[in-house]
Amino acid sequence: MRLIVLFALPAIVGAIMFRVPAHHAGRVRVGALVATAAAHLALVASLWVRPAAPLFHGWLALDALGLVVLTVASVLFFATALYAVGYLQRERPRGGRVFVTGLLGFLAAASLVAASQHLALLWVGMEATTLSLAPLVFHRHDRRSLEAVWKYLVISSVGIALALLGIFFLATAQSGVGGRPLIVPDLLSHARQLHPAWVRAAFLFLLVGFGTKMGLAPMHTWKPDTYGEAPSLVGGLMAGALTSCAFLGVARATQVVVAAGLAPFAQPVLIGFGLLSLGVAAVFVIGQSDVKRLLAYSSVEHMGLLVLGLGLGGVGAYGTVLHVVNNGLSKGWLFLVAGNVVLATGSSAAAANRGLVRHLPVSGLLLVLGLFAVTGSPPFGLFLSEFTILRAAVGAGHPWIAGAVLLLLAIIFVGMAALVLEMALGEPEGGAAPVRENRWLLVGPLALAAAVLLLGVYIPAPLHDVMARAAAGLGGSAP
Amino acid sequence: MGLVSWTALAALAAVLLTAPLLPGIVVRTKSFLTGRRGAPVLQLYYDLWKLFRKGTVYSTTTTWVFRAAPVVVLATLLTAALFLPLDGRAAPVHFAGDLLAFAGLLALGRFALVLGGLDTGSSFEGMGASREVTFASFAEPALFLCFIALVLATGDLSLSDMLGAPLAAVWPRAAAALTLVGASLFVLLLAENSRVPVDDPATHLELTMIHEVIVLDHGGPDLALIQLGGALKLAIFGALVVGVLVPRAGLGVAAAIAALLVGLGVVAVLVGVVESVMARLRLTRVPQLLVGAAALALFAVILLLR
Amino acid sequence: MRTAPEVLLLLVVLTDFAVLGTTRLSTCIRAVAVQGLLLGLLPLAFAQHVSLHAGALAVGTVALKALILPSFLFWAIREAAVRREVEPVVGYIASLLLGAVALALAFAIAARLPLPESQQELLVPVSLATVMIGFIVLTSRRKALTQVVGYLLLENGIYLFGLTRTESVPFLLELGVLLDVFVGVFIMGIVVFHINREFDSIDSAHLAELTD
Repeated sequence: MRLIVLFALPAIVGAIMFRVPAHHAGRVRVGALVATAAAHLALVASLWVRPAAPLFHGWLALDALGLVVLTVASVLFFATALYAVGYLQRERPRGGRVFVTGLLGFLAAASLVAASQHLALLWVGMEATTLSLAPLVFHRHDRRSLEAVWKYLVISSVGIALALLGIFFLATAQSGVGGRPLIVPDLLSHARQLHPAWVRAAFLFLLVGFGTKMGLAPMHTWKPDTYGEAPSLVGGLMAGALTSCAFLGVARATQVVVAAGLAPFAQPVLIGFGLLSLGVAAVFVIGQSDVKRLLAYSSVEHMGLLVLGLGLGGVGAYGTVLHVVNNGLSKGWLFLVAGNVVLATGSSAAAANRGLVRHLPVSGLLLVLGLFAVTGSPPFGLFLSEFTILRAAVGAGHPWIAGAVLLLLAIIFVGMAALVLEMALGEPEGGAAPVRENRWLLVGPLALAAAVLLLGVYIPAPLHDVMARAAAGLGGSAP
Repeated sequence: MGLVSWTALAALAAVLLTAPLLPGIVVRTKSFLTGRRGAPVLQLYYDLWKLFRKGTVYSTTTTWVFRAAPVVVLATLLTAALFLPLDGRAAPVHFAGDLLAFAGLLALGRFALVLGGLDTGSSFEGMGASREVTFASFAEPALFLCFIALVLATGDLSLSDMLGAPLAAVWPRAAAALTLVGASLFVLLLAENSRVPVDDPATHLELTMIHEVIVLDHGGPDLALIQLGGALKLAIFGALVVGVLVPRAGLGVAAAIAALLVGLGVVAVLVGVVESVMARLRLTRVPQLLVGAAALALFAVILLLR
Repeated sequence: MRTAPEVLLLLVVLTDFAVLGTTRLSTCIRAVAVQGLLLGLLPLAFAQHVSLHAGALAVGTVALKALILPSFLFWAIREAAVRREVEPVVGYIASLLLGAVALALAFAIAARLPLPESQQELLVPVSLATVMIGFIVLTSRRKALTQVVGYLLLENGIYLFGLTRTESVPFLLELGVLLDVFVGVFIMGIVVFHINREFDSIDSAHLAELTD
């Protein structure tokens, strides 16, 4: 029952908010947004305490991996909802009702993706995540946002269409084999009988399709444009939650292909996409002049790390699951801070934002800390997850992969540091007096930053258990 | 070489006699659809009769090439007609690979016509000749793709078999592919006979004409030969279309010939309908149409290759 | 070659080529509408006896793919007052030839794929060919609207492949998939409309401000 509420609640509230009468509509909508986000988070917390039974003959069920993705999405969404309170006080995006409804629709779709065990249902949810955020990218109605939303829509839609073809391939692989069609546990239990040629084809299509939504290179081209033009909180949800959902799709495909005994086929492909994404990110991070586009390339980098860990297997799978959590939370943190910068100066270009630490003391500090967190420096959580993935590379007998990754990470660190430090510490053009910052705009990023820091120091036992189970599901193990 | 059968020759004679009717039927269909009375169906017979009684005037710049062209055009078409199994059984002349001879004869006729046009030294004729050859270079591959499809369907290399009994035998199995071939051949018929949407036989604006402009300087019996050749070419392509779409091997001889003549009439009506509902394409778009026809034939080939 | 599904599938391929070979946007949309109709009829042609499932799916598909989406796209070109794809990136003849190559490739691939129990041997190659031709249209045309048509072709091809496995995807989910495609195209149409208002053209080549 709770699994239904998980996506039905935001969907229904979103629909109602679209129709709410104009009188005081703004406040009602924001209130409903925060209340729904809080209720959703509470519901997710209750799922940690007492797992929910599968529903509809196992179509809906929350396994360990789904729970991790769902939690990331829910926590990030709650932080974003709090941020939206302050954001909507300052900005009046055109069609405010579309804004809140789109956000809630995204939460519903993301929950559906995390909880569905039927691959076609997962696809429906995934396409809904794309579509629910599209009007939000377009909220400024100008040329640049038009271009961004067009690229986002066309590339994502085509990508996800290929994923649907991959799902049909998987259904074909399953014909004549026992088990209910396209239900993940049944696919896994009968994996050895699946037709290998179709499984391989399905895996490639699913990887390319959902990889497009993740933003793996070379299908990443929509990402910098979309993240750069979307409102920052939408960018945060995309980089943190949407990509995690898309990763879940790739992970499901990997689960099946590993269970079918085709890991030697899948792993080089995953590692290849991972290294390519890291390489592309390293090239484009250097000389970047816009902080939101910089974060987009950083997201490409982290997506690369996710599939790299998946491809390495072993403890790499655990590192990947941990990295899903860390990446989701840290991307939310950084995008929300970038949003504060844009709200203050109206631009996300580095040149327009020198001397942030003096102008916006809290946001400036959070931005600098975020730089270190997102590039994987200790003591933040990303250090731990990236280190685990590197360990897997060495452990699997590929020290050259570890070396290459380290080199690329170093380049990315230099590129990002150059831009962020210029913004934070550079000499401002005009005099910059400290501004009192809106509390609503700081709660979210602060909470996320605290969580990322905590994960770097201490991983709670229940979280470790769930992540270990998720890694085992991916054919790996906990360190 | 097989023995020449009397039925085949009778069919050929019937087609030769009725060929000049076809342009008349086309014109009548167009007039009917556009609400006019139109020329008599027998108009081409009257024209030919009139032209044959006239004398000819030759420009001093022309050579024997110009004078030979009409004869060669008609001769090649008559010879090509010998290869078609018009009675639904076997052609007067048939041997393995005769489809190449058939296509070669058509090309030779076109070559003679084009040379005759160029021989006048007029820029209009040269322009028409260049267009004719350009479009032919797109049409011929399509024709060969159609033939390849038929060869694949029947496993025979002779037009007599490709359009005769073996074709009738594979029809139930390959209906879709053969329909595609028929459609492709119909487009080729429009292009090869200078019909709308490729060319407009009724136009008198030299800049847009293709076929009419090449024969601008021919007159009298020469023009009559060319016009008779045009009618015969329409009949030949019509017989190809009918041969593919309506296998007549099972019918009696008289019924088969009658079916062919009715089929030719239907093709002429169809041409008239196409001419009434479509406008002539821009010259640059014509190759697109022909490549489309080739794509249809290629699709048929792919279907038959499976 | 006796059955109705084969004829429908051949017509699907012909509509693919119609989209590839036409310069007029309205012909493009019409071809896609006809294809939607064919797609709607296919489940009925396949079904041994007309079931409620097949009937409802046919009605839904025809309503969406043959009526609602095409009329919406017609609205978009009327608003935008564009009629032709002026300069495609790849010429028409070249794209027709590419389409023919894609078709041959699709048949070659389908012949090598191990198909379990094939109810209809043409279905898989035609589906793959439609996917590839959709891809060609998407990448070789400049007009945003033609790109939407290409996306629709792509989706239609995938839908065709889905018909081989109707038992795996229950009715409600198929409706969900249809609905997603519908909303996707709907939002794309709105964006096309805005592109037109902003640039006085639906040429997606104008969308080139954002680069690195």
